[in-house]
Amino acid sequence: MSEENKDKEKTPENIPEKHHGPIRRRDVLKGLATVPVLGAFAYSLYRKRRYDRLLKNTILDELDLSSESPVIEPVKSDGKRIRLGLIGYGIRGKQLAGAAGFLHPAIIDEYKADALENQANKRYQEFLEQEDLNIEISGVCDIFDTYGEMAREAAANINRTGSDGKLGRLPKRYRTYKELIEADDIDAVIIASPDHWHAQMTIDAANAGKHVYCEKPLTKTVDETIRVLEAVKKNNIVFQLGHQGRQTESYIKAKEAIRKNVLGKITLIEVTTNRNDPNGAWVYPIHPDANMQTIDWEQFIGPAPRHEFSLERFFRWRCWWDYSTGLSGDLLTHEYDAMNQIIDLGIPNSAVSSGGIYYFKDGRTVPDVLHTVFEFPEKDLTMIYSATLASNRSRGKVIMGHDASMEVGNELSILVDRESTRYKDKLEKKIIDPTLPLYSYIPGRKNVDAITSATEQYFAGRGLMYTYRMGRRVDTTHLHIKEWLEAIRTGGQTSCNIDQGFEEAITAHMGTKAYLENRKVFWDPEKRKIV
Amino acid sequence: MKSDRFENPIIQYTKWQLSWLVLLRITIGWHFLYEGIAKLSNPDWSAIGFLLDSKGFLSGFFYGLANNSGILNVVDFLNIWGLILIGAGLILGSFTRISAIAGMVLLAFYYLSHPPFVGLTFAVPGEGSYLIVNKNLIEFFALAILVVFPTGHIIGLDRFVQGLKPVNKQYRTR
Repeated sequence: MSEENKDKEKTPENIPEKHHGPIRRRDVLKGLATVPVLGAFAYSLYRKRRYDRLLKNTILDELDLSSESPVIEPVKSDGKRIRLGLIGYGIRGKQLAGAAGFLHPAIIDEYKADALENQANKRYQEFLEQEDLNIEISGVCDIFDTYGEMAREAAANINRTGSDGKLGRLPKRYRTYKELIEADDIDAVIIASPDHWHAQMTIDAANAGKHVYCEKPLTKTVDETIRVLEAVKKNNIVFQLGHQGRQTESYIKAKEAIRKNVLGKITLIEVTTNRNDPNGAWVYPIHPDANMQTIDWEQFIGPAPRHEFSLERFFRWRCWWDYSTGLSGDLLTHEYDAMNQIIDLGIPNSAVSSGGIYYFKDGRTVPDVLHTVFEFPEKDLTMIYSATLASNRSRGKVIMGHDASMEVGNELSILVDRESTRYKDKLEKKIIDPTLPLYSYIPGRKNVDAITSATEQYFAGRGLMYTYRMGRRVDTTHLHIKEWLEAIRTGGQTSCNIDQGFEEAITAHMGTKAYLENRKVFWDPEKRKIV
Repeated sequence: MKSDRFENPIIQYTKWQLSWLVLLRITIGWHFLYEGIAKLSNPDWSAIGFLLDSKGFLSGFFYGLANNSGILNVVDFLNIWGLILIGAGLILGSFTRISAIAGMVLLAFYYLSHPPFVGLTFAVPGEGSYLIVNKNLIEFFALAILVVFPTGHIIGLDRFVQGLKPVNKQYRTR
């Protein structure tokens, strides 16, 4: 007898029985044999849930953070229709016009093609779904003819169609920004000119009683900053500086966490810029139609030092101190403003900078690697800014406290310090694990969760999750413009108003001055001077 | 050409064979059930992240599922309840064969949307090292084993259904 047959003989009960009679006891037992497994499952599930809930509640109670995400108020439909003037239709001008609801048909064609090619690309759909802000663009100004005409077509694209659609009325194109500002059919202006023009344009617009949305940085010098502040205050206009990061949900949550002292005493903030492509280093393409006939060079130069006509300087103005504020004004300001929003930093007491032109040796005068250290002695803290335009290695914005540290990006994550005093008890009881985020906030989620799985974090970090889930992703620039328009309609305040702008500009100029003069500089609040 | 199995009308198991097959069935069932319940109890869960991260020759199909919110809701619903019902079916041994086949369909979708082929990388890196074969594929084949070596009619609720039938036609190999 083979082994196999022996086995079979031993276990005849395994053979399903053929019978028609009543179910026997043995059948019942075998039929129900695995039911207790479900009981074990249910019990394990209950244990796991209870444990998770305990951890979460303990942590959330301790942190006392609200679970709501910021609400987007709809535009007041009975509100006044605001007539805008658009000054500058370069790279940022096009983005701002789009965020306001006006994209050039050619850009829409491009969006459509992208969406066809890659179904995951939702830009076109998001633009169509972007809220109508109840505005019109009644005047545009750009000193490069091609952009000027494009701006008119974008402004007339009220149906948000591609080049196969029908345009509305083409608005007037002004040759100079001054004429645009003086026009009676313009209530407010969006300024997206090169940095060296921000101050004068804002002052002129304010003096003409027009509300202003101005791109960052506010100004190029301390003197300009003081004059802009005074002009905006004197004329009582609604001013918004273009730091759209003010609308980022995670910053709003970060501010709440700081206010509730989740991090303990904060002594160090590290913010960074990490870019590594020509576009990120301001080496923008030169338009083929551009020449001395199509560009009003004199107007471009304006308050800057005289220079002969140069297409490089016109399109890549950020590379020269004559027109630019460099890394400090262009990119540090975003980082600083985020921190000023979250921690109310105010103007630093001192700054030192160092860096150089190490990679893009293309004739530029502004550095491509820059580090600035700002001291805030009244707040007992230091902020370090570290930037390179020649490496993409991601270094986030980190706020370091005695009890916990926080990294802020589109998401927010808080890690407890293993030597924390505040959380000592919970660390010892292993309720808090210092290697896992104590709290993470992912915009668009229905629930704020103290325990997020690594998988979810990963997806969200790549923008793949939740923001789409809630129906649509919203452009922060759109929200920033919207907030400004609502403030104009209701007489309210903007989040990046002139006071915030003043602090931003002075901080940026301190960083620049410290670099250019290669010394430690101080802010004298009495004399309103960098010394 | 006659093979052995044609001479043997009914699958017969030894005790050990039966035990391991039932254990395999229960553990796969447990895995499915918990995956389903974990998703059900997370109000933010959606397949969208996973679908949008699809790679390989079927990625267009999976993007399509993700991009239509109506379809996405159906996908989410079927996923959650499919996992739960399959899991419960495998554990209890009820509708065992259908549950195992349905489980194979789900696993095939998971595998094909994230195939561990040369040159494809995913947002969530695997927790181990995989080349073509990953745990989804192995679980898929394990379910295939359970389809061809059924046990629900011996240890499981299917026994009652079984008991009422005159002959085990289902298990006659033909």
